Amino acid sequence: MDQNQQNKEQQKREYQQIAAKHEEKRPIGINCLKAFIIGGLVCTFGQAVQNFYMYFFDFTEKTAGDPTVATLIFIAILLTGFGVYRRFGQFAGAGSAVPVTGFANSMASAAIEFRTEGLVLGTGSNMFKLAGSVIVFGTVAAFVIALVRTLLGM
Amino acid sequence: MTFLWAFIVGGTICLIGQLLMDGLKITPAHTMSTLVVAGAVLGGLELYEPLIDFAGAGATVPITSFGNALVNGAMAESERNGLVGIITGIFEVTSAGISAAIIFSFLAALVFKPKG
Repeated sequence: MDQNQQNKEQQKREYQQIAAKHEEKRPIGINCLKAFIIGGLVCTFGQAVQNFYMYFFDFTEKTAGDPTVATLIFIAILLTGFGVYRRFGQFAGAGSAVPVTGFANSMASAAIEFRTEGLVLGTGSNMFKLAGSVIVFGTVAAFVIALVRTLLGM
Repeated sequence: MTFLWAFIVGGTICLIGQLLMDGLKITPAHTMSTLVVAGAVLGGLELYEPLIDFAGAGATVPITSFGNALVNGAMAESERNGLVGIITGIFEVTSAGISAAIIFSFLAALVFKPKG
């Protein structure tokens, strides 16, 4: 029994060594360049959408942000549905993940993927599988920060 | 000019995200959570709004803006209603993003089939 376990441990270690040897080195420089350019382009596109809302509807610079974000989310989810966003994400890395479109993509892909397990148990309970951590940590951090600021201001 | 700064600032935030992922070898979920908290901290220090004035969508499109918007909603409501306002106001500004994401994702699950 003990011997068996030791053997397994040994095998595990050997496997990890082999895996580490064959692991692709992440080309950080190129990845960062891709993330910068693609992420920048997504934001530039967002700026174009925002300008559209400002010129053709009665939105001001302050209020145009909301419909812009909603529009980008809509486009990202449409692209997710057609299976385009995944390929885009593989190329762009953080450039596709960090903009709000990546947040929408993580929700839509989970919603679609788990549809086979039913609308309630699949789509409903798995939609926030990836996006949940962003909402939880954002909300808790915002709560603490707002609490500190409110107490300091009193 | 707005477009150029949106590109540079938005690109830089994504680059920071890529550096976190590749440099520290943390998962995308950890990276996004870190960026959201960073946005909330910058929002709390009142540094994020000037960035939005300067870079427009370059600052509002990345996920950091979500953290900032949560703090802004909580602060606006707590200034009106005191401490309880933090709880009632926290999602005030981010409602558009979260509800759009939930509604469209649900509709997408109805319409699209999973792709392998």
